Amino acid sequence: MGFDIEKWYTQKMQGEVLLRYMGEISSEKITEALGEIELSLNLKNEKNKVRKKVYNVFVESIQNLFHHVDIPPATAKVQNIPRFGVIILARDRSFYRISTGNFVQVDRVQVLRDRIDQVNSLSDEELRTVYRDILGNEGPSLKGGGGLGILDIVRKTGNKLEYAMYPHDDHFVFFAMDVYIS
Amino acid sequence: METIIREGSPKTPYVRLDSEKGLIEIKGRSIPENSVEFYKPLIDWLDKYGSSPLDNTNVNVQLEYFNTSSSKCILDIFKKLELLYKKGSKIHINWYYEEDDEDMFEAGEDYQSIINIPFTMIELEE
Repeated sequence: MGFDIEKWYTQKMQGEVLLRYMGEISSEKITEALGEIELSLNLKNEKNKVRKKVYNVFVESIQNLFHHVDIPPATAKVQNIPRFGVIILARDRSFYRISTGNFVQVDRVQVLRDRIDQVNSLSDEELRTVYRDILGNEGPSLKGGGGLGILDIVRKTGNKLEYAMYPHDDHFVFFAMDVYIS
Repeated sequence: METIIREGSPKTPYVRLDSEKGLIEIKGRSIPENSVEFYKPLIDWLDKYGSSPLDNTNVNVQLEYFNTSSSKCILDIFKKLELLYKKGSKIHINWYYEEDDEDMFEAGEDYQSIINIPFTMIELEE
């Protein structure tokens, strides 16, 4: 059976969807998606401050997928491509919501869970301190993100990350995350 | 030594590195997936400039957006400038941010907390 990605994808379509994408997260696709949301955000006549925040958090979210997704399992009913991911930007009542989804190997789940729980547990002041420590003390990681991505998202939005791990098979789970920007 | 000028693109900033004027400018957006690839030649230029800098170096950073991948590279630029500053060069860093852009203001503060060169924070009206 495995995880029903289509059902999950449909459920994430609440609100006014500004962008939805399921497929390969390539550098070109990222450029395309950014161009698209920029146009729609401008059209909405959103305040500069909100527009920039949504754009910034969208960049981090989609590039997080680019740098970290695992190849999807052969048993998943999706394209078998190395960088498979899902991203949705929607306006949901007074919030903008960025939902992402990707398959993760079971042996990486605990590390990911611990990392997010740790970031979610930090106060605003602690977020700032940890962010500055990592920025100042560690070299760039091989994947380029420097480990700052989710810290930056939580810091900019001021909201905790909401996530779920849906079992797929013995080797993979589907990792879904929602980021809210008020 | 050569002047480097890079025009801005949807993911990379306008850059001017001018050794004759002692001017370093980075403007626009910096959100490439591979920021090291983009910034490496700029860091190399700074290394060369550092061997015979002008008495005064003016640095203008006016970014609209930057991703966390770029944030490390921008810090590397400031670290090179800090070395010059410690050797006695006059380095003037202007950090521009838009009026209501608290995130960009805070980003300037983040760098100031790490780099021992005074920044001038300049607010731009929308």
